Amino acid sequence: MSLASSAAKTLNKSSALAEPSSPFPLVSCRRSIAMQIYLPIAEVSVNALLLLGLGGIVGLLSGMFGVGGGFLMTPLLFLIGIPAAVAVATEANQIVAASISGALAHYRRKTVDLQMGAYLLAGGIVGAAAGVQIFAVVKEIGQIDLMVRLCYVLFLGVIGSLMFIESVRAILRTRKNTGFRRKLHEHNWIHGLPIKVKFRTSGLYISAIPVLTIGACVGVLAAIMGVGGGFIMVPAMIYILGMPTKVVVGTSLFQIVFVTAFTTVMHATTNQTVDLALAFLLFVGGVIGAQIGTRIGGKLPAEQLRVLLAIIVMAVCAKLALDLVLQPSELFSLERL
Amino acid sequence: MRAVRSLGAVLLLLAIAGTACAEDQESVVSMLSQNRISITANFDGSEVFVFGAVKRESPPPEDSEMEVIITLTGPLEPVLVRRKKKVLGVWVNVDTVEVDAAPSFYAVAANKPLDQIVSNVEDIFKDISVNQLIRSVGAPSHIHDSPEFTKALIRIREMQGLYSNDPIPITVSDDTLFGAHFAMPANLVEGEYLARIFLIRNKTVVSEHSNMIEVRKVGLERWIYSEAHNHPFTYGLLCVLVAALTGWAASAIFRRVG
Repeated sequence: MSLASSAAKTLNKSSALAEPSSPFPLVSCRRSIAMQIYLPIAEVSVNALLLLGLGGIVGLLSGMFGVGGGFLMTPLLFLIGIPAAVAVATEANQIVAASISGALAHYRRKTVDLQMGAYLLAGGIVGAAAGVQIFAVVKEIGQIDLMVRLCYVLFLGVIGSLMFIESVRAILRTRKNTGFRRKLHEHNWIHGLPIKVKFRTSGLYISAIPVLTIGACVGVLAAIMGVGGGFIMVPAMIYILGMPTKVVVGTSLFQIVFVTAFTTVMHATTNQTVDLALAFLLFVGGVIGAQIGTRIGGKLPAEQLRVLLAIIVMAVCAKLALDLVLQPSELFSLERL
Repeated sequence: MRAVRSLGAVLLLLAIAGTACAEDQESVVSMLSQNRISITANFDGSEVFVFGAVKRESPPPEDSEMEVIITLTGPLEPVLVRRKKKVLGVWVNVDTVEVDAAPSFYAVAANKPLDQIVSNVEDIFKDISVNQLIRSVGAPSHIHDSPEFTKALIRIREMQGLYSNDPIPITVSDDTLFGAHFAMPANLVEGEYLARIFLIRNKTVVSEHSNMIEVRKVGLERWIYSEAHNHPFTYGLLCVLVAALTGWAASAIFRRVG
Protein backbone atom coordinates (compact mmCIF):
# COMPACT_ATOMS: atom_id res chain seq x y z
CA MET A 1 0.00 0.00 0.00
CA SER A 2 2.87 2.34 0.75
CA LEU A 3 4.19 1.41 -2.68
CA ALA A 4 0.92 2.49 -4.22
CA SER A 5 0.80 5.78 -2.40
CA SER A 6 4.40 6.66 -3.18
CA ALA A 7 3.76 5.78 -6.82
CA ALA A 8 0.65 7.95 -6.79
CA LYS A 9 2.75 10.76 -5.38
CA THR A 10 5.26 10.35 -8.19
CA LEU A 11 2.45 10.54 -10.71
CA ASN A 12 0.96 13.60 -9.07
CA LYS A 13 4.30 15.29 -8.86
CA SER A 14 4.88 14.88 -12.55
CA SER A 15 1.49 16.20 -13.54
CA ALA A 16 1.11 19.02 -11.05
CA LEU A 17 1.60 22.49 -12.40
CA ALA A 18 4.53 24.43 -11.10
CA GLU A 19 3.24 27.29 -9.04
CA PRO A 20 3.09 30.56 -10.94
CA SER A 21 5.74 32.70 -9.35
CA SER A 22 6.90 35.95 -10.86
CA PRO A 23 5.67 36.33 -14.41
CA PHE A 24 9.20 36.73 -15.73
CA PRO A 25 11.39 34.09 -14.07
CA LEU A 26 14.63 33.54 -15.90
CA VAL A 27 15.27 29.90 -15.22
CA SER A 28 12.92 26.98 -15.21
CA CYS A 29 13.59 24.43 -12.49
CA ARG A 30 11.16 21.70 -13.47
CA ARG A 31 13.77 19.23 -14.74
CA SER A 32 14.81 18.01 -11.32
CA ILE A 33 12.64 14.88 -11.09
CA ALA A 34 14.94 12.11 -12.24
CA MET A 35 14.15 9.15 -14.44
CA GLN A 36 10.54 9.94 -15.22
CA ILE A 37 9.56 8.11 -18.38
CA TYR A 38 6.52 8.90 -20.47
CA LEU A 39 4.82 5.68 -21.57
CA PRO A 40 3.54 6.20 -25.13
CA ILE A 41 0.53 3.85 -25.04
CA ALA A 42 -0.44 4.08 -21.37
CA GLU A 43 -0.02 7.88 -21.73
CA VAL A 44 1.20 8.35 -18.20
CA SER A 45 4.55 9.43 -16.87
CA VAL A 46 6.06 6.96 -14.40
CA ASN A 47 9.42 6.61 -12.70
CA ALA A 48 11.54 4.20 -14.77
CA LEU A 49 13.40 2.95 -11.69
CA LEU A 50 10.08 2.09 -10.05
CA LEU A 51 9.17 -0.06 -13.08
CA LEU A 52 12.58 -1.76 -13.14
CA GLY A 53 12.26 -2.37 -9.40
CA LEU A 54 8.76 -3.82 -9.69
CA GLY A 55 9.93 -6.08 -12.52
CA GLY A 56 12.89 -7.11 -10.42
CA ILE A 57 10.93 -7.90 -7.27
CA VAL A 58 8.23 -9.85 -9.07
CA GLY A 59 10.92 -11.59 -11.13
CA LEU A 60 12.78 -12.48 -7.92
CA LEU A 61 9.63 -13.96 -6.40
CA SER A 62 8.83 -15.89 -9.56
CA GLY A 63 12.38 -17.25 -9.77
CA MET A 64 12.29 -18.30 -6.12
CA PHE A 65 8.91 -19.97 -6.25
CA GLY A 66 8.69 -21.04 -9.86
CA VAL A 67 5.51 -19.06 -10.42
CA GLY A 68 4.93 -16.87 -13.45
CA GLY A 69 4.51 -13.59 -11.63
CA GLY A 70 1.82 -12.21 -13.95
CA PHE A 71 -0.84 -12.53 -11.28
CA LEU A 72 1.24 -10.24 -9.04
CA MET A 73 2.58 -7.83 -11.65
CA THR A 74 -0.72 -6.91 -13.30
CA PRO A 75 -2.42 -5.76 -10.06
CA LEU A 76 0.76 -3.90 -9.04
CA LEU A 77 0.60 -2.05 -12.37
CA PHE A 78 -3.01 -1.02 -11.55
CA LEU A 79 -1.82 0.29 -8.22
CA ILE A 80 0.83 2.56 -9.78
CA GLY A 81 -1.76 4.07 -12.11
CA ILE A 82 -1.40 2.15 -15.38
CA PRO A 83 -4.84 1.71 -17.00
CA ALA A 84 -6.11 -1.86 -16.54
CA ALA A 85 -6.41 -2.48 -20.27
CA VAL A 86 -2.76 -1.54 -20.87
CA ALA A 87 -1.57 -3.43 -17.79
CA VAL A 88 -3.20 -6.69 -18.89
CA ALA A 89 -2.04 -6.59 -22.53
CA THR A 90 1.49 -5.49 -21.66
CA GLU A 91 1.82 -8.09 -18.94
CA ALA A 92 0.90 -10.84 -21.43
CA ASN A 93 3.85 -9.59 -23.46
CA GLN A 94 6.13 -9.62 -20.43
CA ILE A 95 5.30 -13.25 -19.69
CA VAL A 96 6.75 -14.20 -23.08
CA ALA A 97 10.08 -12.77 -21.91
CA ALA A 98 9.77 -14.31 -18.45
CA SER A 99 8.92 -17.85 -19.61
CA ILE A 100 11.01 -18.33 -22.74
CA SER A 101 14.28 -19.17 -21.06
CA GLY A 102 12.59 -21.72 -18.79
CA ALA A 103 10.77 -23.25 -21.73
CA LEU A 104 14.03 -23.53 -23.71
CA ALA A 105 15.83 -25.11 -20.75
CA HIS A 106 13.10 -27.74 -20.38
CA TYR A 107 13.11 -28.35 -24.12
CA ARG A 108 16.86 -29.03 -24.03
CA ARG A 109 16.40 -31.40 -21.11
CA LYS A 110 13.60 -33.12 -23.06
CA THR A 111 11.11 -32.54 -20.24
CA VAL A 112 8.41 -31.17 -22.57
CA ASP A 113 5.59 -33.32 -23.88
CA LEU A 114 5.37 -31.61 -27.26
CA GLN A 115 2.24 -33.48 -28.32
CA MET A 116 0.39 -32.64 -25.12
CA GLY A 117 1.75 -29.08 -25.44
CA ALA A 118 0.35 -28.81 -28.97
CA TYR A 119 -3.14 -29.86 -27.81
CA LEU A 120 -3.01 -27.45 -24.86
CA LEU A 121 -1.79 -24.74 -27.22
CA ALA A 122 -4.61 -25.35 -29.72
CA GLY A 123 -7.12 -24.95 -26.89
CA GLY A 124 -5.18 -21.95 -25.58
CA ILE A 125 -5.29 -20.11 -28.88
CA VAL A 126 -9.05 -20.54 -29.18
CA GLY A 127 -9.46 -19.41 -25.56
CA ALA A 128 -7.17 -16.40 -25.98
CA ALA A 129 -8.91 -15.31 -29.18
CA ALA A 130 -12.26 -15.49 -27.40
CA GLY A 131 -10.81 -13.74 -24.35
CA VAL A 132 -9.49 -10.81 -26.40
CA GLN A 133 -12.90 -10.39 -28.02
CA ILE A 134 -14.64 -10.43 -24.62
CA PHE A 135 -12.05 -7.91 -23.43
CA ALA A 136 -12.75 -5.60 -26.39
CA VAL A 137 -16.54 -5.72 -25.83
CA VAL A 138 -16.27 -5.07 -22.09
CA LYS A 139 -13.81 -2.25 -22.74
CA GLU A 140 -16.28 -0.71 -25.16
CA ILE A 141 -19.03 -0.59 -22.52
CA GLY A 142 -16.63 0.95 -19.99
CA GLN A 143 -16.47 -1.93 -17.50
CA ILE A 144 -13.02 -3.33 -18.25
CA ASP A 145 -11.49 -2.05 -15.02
CA LEU A 146 -14.26 -3.59 -13.01
CA MET A 147 -14.12 -6.95 -14.80
CA VAL A 148 -10.34 -7.30 -14.56
CA ARG A 149 -10.32 -6.25 -10.91
CA LEU A 150 -13.16 -8.62 -10.00
CA CYS A 151 -11.35 -11.49 -11.71
CA TYR A 152 -8.22 -10.62 -9.76
CA VAL A 153 -9.96 -10.43 -6.41
CA LEU A 154 -11.47 -13.83 -7.05
CA PHE A 155 -8.28 -15.50 -8.29
CA LEU A 156 -5.86 -13.93 -5.85
CA GLY A 157 -8.22 -14.74 -3.00
CA VAL A 158 -8.45 -18.39 -4.00
CA ILE A 159 -4.76 -18.80 -4.84
CA GLY A 160 -3.56 -16.90 -1.81
CA SER A 161 -5.63 -18.90 0.65
CA LEU A 162 -4.83 -22.24 -1.02
CA MET A 163 -1.14 -21.41 -1.01
CA PHE A 164 -1.33 -20.33 2.61
CA ILE A 165 -3.07 -23.50 3.76
CA GLU A 166 -0.79 -25.69 1.66
CA SER A 167 2.43 -24.11 2.93
CA VAL A 168 1.35 -24.08 6.56
CA ARG A 169 0.53 -27.77 6.18
CA ALA A 170 3.91 -28.40 4.58
CA ILE A 171 5.67 -26.73 7.49
CA LEU A 172 3.71 -28.82 9.99
CA ARG A 173 4.41 -31.96 7.96
CA THR A 174 8.18 -31.43 7.91
CA ARG A 175 8.12 -30.85 11.66
CA LYS A 176 6.24 -34.08 12.31
CA ASN A 177 8.33 -35.75 9.60
CA THR A 178 5.63 -38.21 8.65
CA GLY A 179 5.68 -39.80 5.20
CA PHE A 180 2.79 -39.00 2.90
CA ARG A 181 2.11 -40.51 -0.48
CA ARG A 182 -0.43 -39.70 -3.13
CA LYS A 183 -1.57 -42.25 -5.67
CA LEU A 184 0.06 -41.26 -8.97
CA HIS A 185 -3.00 -41.35 -11.09
CA GLU A 186 -6.44 -42.42 -10.32
CA HIS A 187 -9.08 -43.51 -12.75
CA ASN A 188 -11.88 -40.99 -12.72
CA TRP A 189 -14.68 -39.67 -14.97
CA ILE A 190 -12.07 -38.03 -17.26
CA HIS A 191 -11.13 -41.46 -18.53
CA GLY A 192 -14.67 -42.12 -19.71
CA LEU A 193 -14.67 -39.28 -22.27
CA PRO A 194 -14.44 -39.99 -26.02
CA ILE A 195 -11.83 -38.94 -28.68
CA LYS A 196 -8.94 -40.66 -26.95
CA VAL A 197 -5.40 -39.77 -27.93
CA LYS A 198 -2.12 -41.46 -27.04
CA PHE A 199 0.40 -39.07 -25.42
CA ARG A 200 3.70 -40.98 -25.60
CA THR A 201 6.00 -38.76 -23.54
CA SER A 202 3.51 -38.59 -20.68
CA GLY A 203 2.57 -42.24 -21.10
CA LEU A 204 -1.15 -41.41 -21.16
CA TYR A 205 -4.07 -42.58 -23.28
CA ILE A 206 -6.79 -40.04 -22.50
CA SER A 207 -9.53 -38.02 -24.18
CA ALA A 208 -8.49 -34.81 -25.99
CA ILE A 209 -11.54 -32.97 -24.58
CA PRO A 210 -10.21 -32.17 -21.08
CA VAL A 211 -6.80 -31.27 -22.56
CA LEU A 212 -8.31 -28.79 -25.01
CA THR A 213 -10.63 -27.42 -22.31
CA ILE A 214 -7.79 -26.80 -19.86
CA GLY A 215 -5.81 -25.10 -22.65
CA ALA A 216 -8.79 -22.91 -23.54
CA CYS A 217 -9.44 -21.84 -19.92
CA VAL A 218 -5.79 -20.82 -19.58
CA GLY A 219 -6.04 -18.91 -22.89
CA VAL A 220 -9.05 -16.93 -21.66
CA LEU A 221 -7.22 -16.09 -18.43
CA ALA A 222 -4.15 -14.95 -20.38
CA ALA A 223 -6.26 -12.59 -22.49
CA ILE A 224 -8.46 -11.17 -19.72
CA MET A 225 -6.04 -11.08 -16.80
CA GLY A 226 -2.59 -10.93 -18.38
CA VAL A 227 -1.35 -14.04 -16.61
CA GLY A 228 0.43 -17.11 -17.93
CA GLY A 229 -1.99 -19.36 -16.11
CA GLY A 230 0.60 -21.83 -14.85
CA PHE A 231 -0.98 -21.75 -11.40
CA ILE A 232 -4.16 -23.26 -12.89
CA MET A 233 -2.56 -25.42 -15.56
CA VAL A 234 0.06 -27.19 -13.44
CA PRO A 235 -2.39 -28.54 -10.84
CA ALA A 236 -4.88 -29.40 -13.60
CA MET A 237 -2.22 -31.36 -15.48
CA ILE A 238 -1.26 -33.30 -12.37
CA TYR A 239 -4.62 -33.90 -10.77
CA ILE A 240 -7.04 -33.98 -13.72
CA LEU A 241 -4.92 -35.36 -16.55
CA GLY A 242 -2.58 -37.38 -14.34
CA MET A 243 0.58 -36.28 -16.16
CA PRO A 244 3.95 -37.28 -14.69
CA THR A 245 5.38 -34.35 -12.72
CA LYS A 246 8.66 -34.54 -14.65
CA VAL A 247 7.10 -33.07 -17.82
CA VAL A 248 4.42 -30.85 -16.22
CA VAL A 249 6.41 -27.64 -15.76
CA GLY A 250 8.17 -27.81 -19.15
CA THR A 251 4.95 -28.53 -21.01
CA SER A 252 3.06 -25.74 -19.27
CA LEU A 253 5.89 -23.26 -20.00
CA PHE A 254 5.83 -24.36 -23.65
CA GLN A 255 2.09 -23.62 -23.84
CA ILE A 256 2.43 -20.33 -21.92
CA VAL A 257 5.12 -18.90 -24.22
CA PHE A 258 3.02 -19.43 -27.32
CA VAL A 259 -0.34 -18.50 -25.84
CA THR A 260 0.95 -15.25 -24.32
CA ALA A 261 2.76 -14.43 -27.59
CA PHE A 262 -0.51 -14.97 -29.46
CA THR A 263 -2.40 -12.92 -26.84
CA THR A 264 0.09 -10.07 -27.21
CA VAL A 265 -0.43 -9.91 -30.98
CA MET A 266 -4.23 -10.16 -30.56
CA HIS A 267 -4.31 -7.34 -27.98
CA ALA A 268 -2.02 -5.24 -30.17
CA THR A 269 -4.31 -5.62 -33.18
CA THR A 270 -7.70 -5.52 -31.43
CA ASN A 271 -7.25 -3.11 -28.54
CA GLN A 272 -3.93 -1.34 -29.25
CA THR A 273 -3.02 -1.59 -25.59
CA VAL A 274 0.46 -3.17 -25.63
CA ASP A 275 2.99 -0.61 -24.40
CA LEU A 276 6.43 -1.67 -25.61
CA ALA A 277 8.25 0.92 -23.48
CA LEU A 278 6.52 -0.31 -20.33
CA ALA A 279 6.98 -3.95 -21.34
CA PHE A 280 10.69 -3.51 -22.01
CA LEU A 281 11.41 -2.02 -18.57
CA LEU A 282 9.48 -4.87 -16.98
CA PHE A 283 11.35 -7.45 -19.12
CA VAL A 284 14.72 -6.16 -18.03
CA GLY A 285 13.81 -5.96 -14.34
CA GLY A 286 11.94 -9.25 -14.53
CA VAL A 287 14.55 -11.44 -16.21
CA ILE A 288 17.34 -10.21 -13.96
CA GLY A 289 15.18 -10.67 -10.85
CA ALA A 290 14.18 -14.16 -11.99
CA GLN A 291 17.78 -15.27 -12.53
CA ILE A 292 18.77 -14.06 -9.09
CA GLY A 293 15.63 -15.58 -7.59
CA THR A 294 16.37 -19.00 -9.08
CA ARG A 295 19.88 -18.91 -7.60
CA ILE A 296 18.95 -17.88 -4.09
CA GLY A 297 15.65 -19.80 -4.07
CA GLY A 298 17.34 -23.13 -3.26
CA LYS A 299 19.28 -21.71 -0.33
CA LEU A 300 16.34 -20.24 1.56
CA PRO A 301 13.72 -21.92 3.75
CA ALA A 302 11.17 -22.58 1.00
CA GLU A 303 8.10 -23.27 3.12
CA GLN A 304 8.42 -20.17 5.25
CA LEU A 305 8.94 -18.08 2.13
CA ARG A 306 5.88 -19.65 0.55
CA VAL A 307 3.82 -18.47 3.53
CA LEU A 308 5.22 -15.01 2.89
CA LEU A 309 4.25 -15.16 -0.78
CA ALA A 310 0.76 -16.31 0.19
CA ILE A 311 0.48 -13.33 2.54
CA ILE A 312 1.63 -10.93 -0.21
CA VAL A 313 -0.94 -12.39 -2.61
CA MET A 314 -3.72 -12.07 -0.03
CA ALA A 315 -2.69 -8.49 0.79
CA VAL A 316 -2.84 -7.44 -2.88
CA CYS A 317 -6.21 -9.17 -3.12
CA ALA A 318 -7.49 -7.34 -0.04
CA LYS A 319 -6.33 -3.98 -1.41
CA LEU A 320 -8.12 -4.58 -4.73
CA ALA A 321 -11.25 -5.79 -2.95
CA LEU A 322 -11.33 -2.74 -0.67
CA ASP A 323 -10.97 -0.44 -3.68
CA LEU A 324 -14.06 -2.04 -5.18
CA VAL A 325 -16.15 -1.95 -2.02
CA LEU A 326 -15.18 1.31 -0.31
CA GLN A 327 -16.64 4.50 -1.69
CA PRO A 328 -14.01 6.03 -4.00
CA SER A 329 -13.06 9.65 -3.31
CA GLU A 330 -13.94 10.50 -6.90
CA LEU A 331 -17.07 8.84 -8.28
CA PHE A 332 -16.52 10.17 -11.77
CA SER A 333 -13.95 9.04 -14.29
CA LEU A 334 -12.95 10.22 -17.75
CA GLU A 335 -12.27 8.34 -20.93
CA ARG A 336 -10.94 10.08 -24.01
CA LEU A 337 -12.49 8.97 -27.28
CA MET B 1 20.34 32.73 -22.95
CA ARG B 2 16.61 32.34 -23.02
CA ALA B 3 16.19 35.67 -21.31
CA VAL B 4 18.33 37.37 -23.95
CA ARG B 5 16.32 35.77 -26.71
CA SER B 6 13.04 36.76 -25.06
CA LEU B 7 14.32 40.29 -24.67
CA GLY B 8 15.29 40.39 -28.34
CA ALA B 9 11.85 39.19 -29.31
CA VAL B 10 10.20 41.81 -27.11
CA LEU B 11 12.26 44.53 -28.80
CA LEU B 12 11.28 43.14 -32.19
CA LEU B 13 7.64 43.23 -31.15
CA LEU B 14 8.01 46.80 -30.03
CA ALA B 15 9.44 47.66 -33.41
CA ILE B 16 6.49 45.98 -35.13
CA ALA B 17 4.10 47.72 -32.76
CA GLY B 18 5.72 51.01 -33.56
CA THR B 19 5.70 50.76 -37.34
CA ALA B 20 2.56 48.78 -38.10
CA CYS B 21 -0.44 50.87 -38.90
CA ALA B 22 -3.44 49.85 -36.87
CA GLU B 23 -7.03 50.10 -37.99
CA ASP B 24 -8.30 50.04 -34.41
CA GLN B 25 -7.29 52.52 -31.87
CA GLU B 26 -5.52 49.84 -29.87
CA SER B 27 -4.46 46.41 -31.00
CA VAL B 28 -2.39 43.63 -29.54
CA VAL B 29 0.46 41.57 -30.95
CA SER B 30 2.04 38.62 -29.24
CA MET B 31 4.69 35.94 -29.46
CA LEU B 32 5.61 32.72 -27.73
CA SER B 33 8.89 31.53 -26.30
CA GLN B 34 8.45 28.40 -28.41
CA ASN B 35 6.13 27.20 -31.15
CA ARG B 36 6.76 23.52 -30.68
CA ILE B 37 6.81 21.21 -27.70
CA SER B 38 8.31 17.77 -28.18
CA ILE B 39 7.18 14.92 -25.99
CA THR B 40 10.24 12.74 -25.59
CA ALA B 41 10.69 9.63 -23.47
CA ASN B 42 11.80 11.66 -20.47
CA PHE B 43 9.31 14.49 -21.07
CA ASP B 44 8.47 16.04 -17.75
CA GLY B 45 6.37 19.00 -18.69
CA SER B 46 7.33 22.23 -20.33
CA GLU B 47 7.08 25.94 -19.82
CA VAL B 48 5.78 28.44 -22.33
CA PHE B 49 6.27 32.17 -22.05
CA VAL B 50 3.55 34.13 -23.80
CA PHE B 51 4.33 37.82 -24.24
CA GLY B 52 3.03 40.70 -26.25
CA ALA B 53 2.68 44.38 -26.73
CA VAL B 54 -0.09 46.86 -27.41
CA LYS B 55 0.27 49.06 -30.45
CA ARG B 56 -1.66 52.28 -30.66
CA GLU B 57 -1.94 55.33 -32.91
CA SER B 58 -2.84 57.75 -30.17
CA PRO B 59 -2.26 57.95 -26.43
CA PRO B 60 -4.27 55.38 -24.44
CA PRO B 61 -7.79 56.44 -23.43
CA GLU B 62 -7.86 57.72 -19.89
CA ASP B 63 -11.45 56.92 -19.00
CA SER B 64 -10.85 53.17 -18.69
CA GLU B 65 -8.16 50.78 -17.53
CA MET B 66 -6.51 48.35 -19.91
CA GLU B 67 -6.78 44.71 -18.90
CA VAL B 68 -5.18 41.61 -20.43
CA ILE B 69 -6.27 37.98 -20.43
CA ILE B 70 -4.21 35.18 -21.97
CA THR B 71 -5.63 31.68 -22.36
CA LEU B 72 -3.72 28.60 -23.41
CA THR B 73 -5.93 25.76 -24.64
CA GLY B 74 -5.23 22.26 -25.91
CA PRO B 75 -7.05 20.59 -28.80
CA LEU B 76 -10.80 20.08 -28.32
CA GLU B 77 -11.83 16.45 -28.20
CA PRO B 78 -14.81 14.36 -27.09
CA VAL B 79 -14.68 12.77 -23.63
CA LEU B 80 -16.82 10.16 -21.91
CA VAL B 81 -17.60 11.03 -18.30
CA ARG B 82 -18.70 8.04 -16.25
CA ARG B 83 -20.22 8.00 -12.78
CA LYS B 84 -19.95 5.09 -10.36
CA LYS B 85 -22.83 3.88 -8.23
CA LYS B 86 -22.97 1.09 -5.71
CA VAL B 87 -24.38 -2.08 -7.26
CA LEU B 88 -24.51 -5.23 -5.11
CA GLY B 89 -21.92 -3.78 -2.75
CA VAL B 90 -19.43 -2.91 -5.48
CA TRP B 91 -18.79 0.49 -7.08
CA VAL B 92 -19.62 0.18 -10.77
CA ASN B 93 -19.68 2.70 -13.65
CA VAL B 94 -23.41 3.20 -14.18
CA ASP B 95 -24.10 6.55 -15.86
CA THR B 96 -22.21 7.85 -18.86
CA VAL B 97 -22.40 11.28 -20.46
CA GLU B 98 -20.57 12.07 -23.64
CA VAL B 99 -19.10 15.56 -23.64
CA ASP B 100 -18.85 16.48 -27.32
CA ALA B 101 -15.82 18.71 -27.03
CA ALA B 102 -13.59 19.66 -24.15
CA PRO B 103 -10.12 21.19 -24.33
CA SER B 104 -7.46 18.67 -23.37
CA PHE B 105 -5.62 21.47 -21.58
CA TYR B 106 -6.66 24.88 -20.27
CA ALA B 107 -4.78 27.56 -18.40
CA VAL B 108 -5.49 31.25 -18.05
CA ALA B 109 -3.46 34.30 -17.11
CA ALA B 110 -4.88 37.71 -16.27
CA ASN B 111 -3.88 40.86 -14.48
CA LYS B 112 -6.95 40.66 -12.17
CA PRO B 113 -9.59 38.05 -11.27
CA LEU B 114 -11.55 37.23 -14.43
CA ASP B 115 -14.99 38.36 -13.24
CA GLN B 116 -13.61 41.81 -12.47
CA ILE B 117 -12.33 42.44 -15.97
CA VAL B 118 -14.66 40.72 -18.41
CA SER B 119 -18.45 40.53 -18.62
CA ASN B 120 -20.34 37.26 -18.75
CA VAL B 121 -21.70 38.05 -22.18
CA GLU B 122 -18.25 38.70 -23.54
CA ASP B 123 -17.00 35.48 -21.93
CA ILE B 124 -19.74 33.50 -23.68
CA PHE B 125 -19.13 35.32 -26.95
CA LYS B 126 -15.35 34.86 -26.96
CA ASP B 127 -15.11 31.46 -25.23
CA ILE B 128 -12.68 32.72 -22.63
CA SER B 129 -13.29 30.58 -19.54
CA VAL B 130 -13.09 26.81 -19.57
CA ASN B 131 -16.84 26.43 -18.93
CA GLN B 132 -17.50 28.17 -22.24
CA LEU B 133 -15.07 25.93 -24.11
CA ILE B 134 -16.72 22.70 -22.99
CA ARG B 135 -19.56 21.73 -25.30
CA SER B 136 -22.02 19.18 -24.03
CA VAL B 137 -25.05 18.81 -26.25
CA GLY B 138 -27.10 16.51 -24.11
CA ALA B 139 -27.15 13.65 -21.68
CA PRO B 140 -29.27 10.48 -22.02
CA SER B 141 -32.82 11.18 -20.81
CA HIS B 142 -32.49 9.17 -17.59
CA ILE B 143 -29.68 11.43 -16.35
CA HIS B 144 -31.17 14.57 -14.85
CA ASP B 145 -28.07 16.14 -13.43
CA SER B 146 -25.83 16.42 -16.49
CA PRO B 147 -24.14 19.64 -15.25
CA GLU B 148 -22.60 17.46 -12.52
CA PHE B 149 -20.73 15.56 -15.24
CA THR B 150 -19.25 18.74 -16.70
CA LYS B 151 -18.24 19.86 -13.20
CA ALA B 152 -16.61 16.48 -12.62
CA LEU B 153 -14.70 16.79 -15.89
CA ILE B 154 -13.30 20.15 -14.79
CA ARG B 155 -12.56 18.90 -11.28
CA ILE B 156 -10.70 15.77 -12.45
CA ARG B 157 -8.65 17.66 -15.02
CA GLU B 158 -7.78 20.27 -12.41
CA MET B 159 -6.49 17.46 -10.21
CA GLN B 160 -4.45 16.08 -13.10
CA GLY B 161 -2.92 19.51 -13.61
CA LEU B 162 -4.55 19.85 -17.03
CA TYR B 163 -6.97 22.67 -16.18
CA SER B 164 -6.33 25.66 -14.03
CA ASN B 165 -8.99 28.27 -13.47
CA ASP B 166 -6.96 30.41 -11.09
CA PRO B 167 -5.42 33.04 -13.32
CA ILE B 168 -1.65 33.19 -13.48
CA PRO B 169 -0.64 36.81 -12.76
CA ILE B 170 0.26 39.02 -15.70
CA THR B 171 2.34 42.11 -15.22
CA VAL B 172 1.68 44.95 -17.58
CA SER B 173 4.49 47.48 -17.99
CA ASP B 174 3.70 51.03 -19.15
CA ASP B 175 0.29 49.95 -20.44
CA THR B 176 2.19 48.35 -23.33
CA LEU B 177 4.23 45.26 -22.55
CA PHE B 178 2.94 42.15 -20.85
CA GLY B 179 3.85 38.52 -20.44
CA ALA B 180 2.99 35.34 -18.54
CA HIS B 181 4.63 31.99 -17.91
CA PHE B 182 2.53 28.88 -18.44
CA ALA B 183 3.69 25.59 -16.96
CA MET B 184 2.48 22.61 -18.91
CA PRO B 185 2.40 19.16 -17.29
CA ALA B 186 3.89 15.90 -18.56
CA ASN B 187 0.56 14.31 -19.47
CA LEU B 188 -0.11 16.48 -22.53
CA VAL B 189 -2.19 15.34 -25.47
CA GLU B 190 -0.68 15.80 -28.92
CA GLY B 191 -2.09 18.49 -31.17
CA GLU B 192 -2.30 22.19 -31.79
CA TYR B 193 -2.42 24.37 -28.70
CA LEU B 194 -3.70 27.91 -28.99
CA ALA B 195 -2.50 30.89 -27.00
CA ARG B 196 -5.12 33.65 -27.22
CA ILE B 197 -4.52 37.15 -25.97
CA PHE B 198 -7.45 39.44 -25.22
CA LEU B 199 -7.07 43.16 -24.70
CA ILE B 200 -9.98 44.41 -22.64
CA ARG B 201 -11.46 47.78 -21.75
CA ASN B 202 -14.74 48.38 -19.95
CA LYS B 203 -15.24 44.60 -19.64
CA THR B 204 -15.28 44.27 -23.43
CA VAL B 205 -12.63 42.77 -25.71
CA VAL B 206 -11.15 45.53 -27.86
CA SER B 207 -8.49 43.46 -29.57
CA GLU B 208 -7.32 39.87 -29.69
CA HIS B 209 -4.49 37.91 -31.17
CA SER B 210 -3.57 34.25 -31.16
CA ASN B 211 -0.52 32.05 -31.64
CA MET B 212 -0.21 28.34 -32.10
CA ILE B 213 2.04 25.82 -30.39
CA GLU B 214 2.40 22.37 -31.79
CA VAL B 215 2.75 19.57 -29.25
CA ARG B 216 4.08 16.34 -30.70
CA LYS B 217 5.51 13.08 -29.53
CA VAL B 218 8.98 12.65 -31.03
CA GLY B 219 11.65 9.99 -31.30
CA LEU B 220 10.94 6.60 -29.82
CA GLU B 221 7.68 7.81 -28.26
CA ARG B 222 6.37 8.91 -31.65
CA TRP B 223 7.54 5.71 -33.28
CA ILE B 224 5.99 3.33 -30.73
CA TYR B 225 2.72 5.23 -30.72
CA SER B 226 2.36 5.41 -34.50
CA GLU B 227 3.46 1.81 -35.07
CA ALA B 228 0.97 0.59 -32.46
CA HIS B 229 -1.86 2.43 -34.20
CA ASN B 230 -0.88 2.21 -37.86
CA HIS B 231 0.67 -1.24 -38.10
CA PRO B 232 -0.76 -3.05 -35.08
CA PHE B 233 -0.01 -6.54 -36.37
CA THR B 234 3.69 -6.01 -37.10
CA TYR B 235 3.91 -3.99 -33.87
CA GLY B 236 2.49 -6.96 -31.95
CA LEU B 237 4.98 -9.32 -33.59
CA LEU B 238 7.78 -6.90 -32.76
CA CYS B 239 6.72 -6.82 -29.09
CA VAL B 240 6.84 -10.63 -28.99
CA LEU B 241 10.23 -10.66 -30.70
CA VAL B 242 11.71 -8.13 -28.26
CA ALA B 243 10.31 -10.15 -25.35
CA ALA B 244 11.71 -13.42 -26.69
CA LEU B 245 15.15 -11.92 -27.34
CA THR B 246 15.34 -10.26 -23.92
CA GLY B 247 14.33 -13.44 -22.14
CA TRP B 248 16.72 -15.57 -24.16
CA ALA B 249 19.61 -13.11 -23.89
CA ALA B 250 19.23 -12.85 -20.12
CA SER B 251 19.40 -16.60 -19.64
CA ALA B 252 22.36 -16.87 -22.02
CA ILE B 253 24.26 -14.15 -20.18
CA PHE B 254 23.50 -15.55 -16.74
CA ARG B 255 24.49 -19.06 -17.81
CA ARG B 256 27.90 -17.72 -18.79
CA VAL B 257 28.23 -15.72 -15.55
CA GLY B 258 27.35 -18.90 -13.69
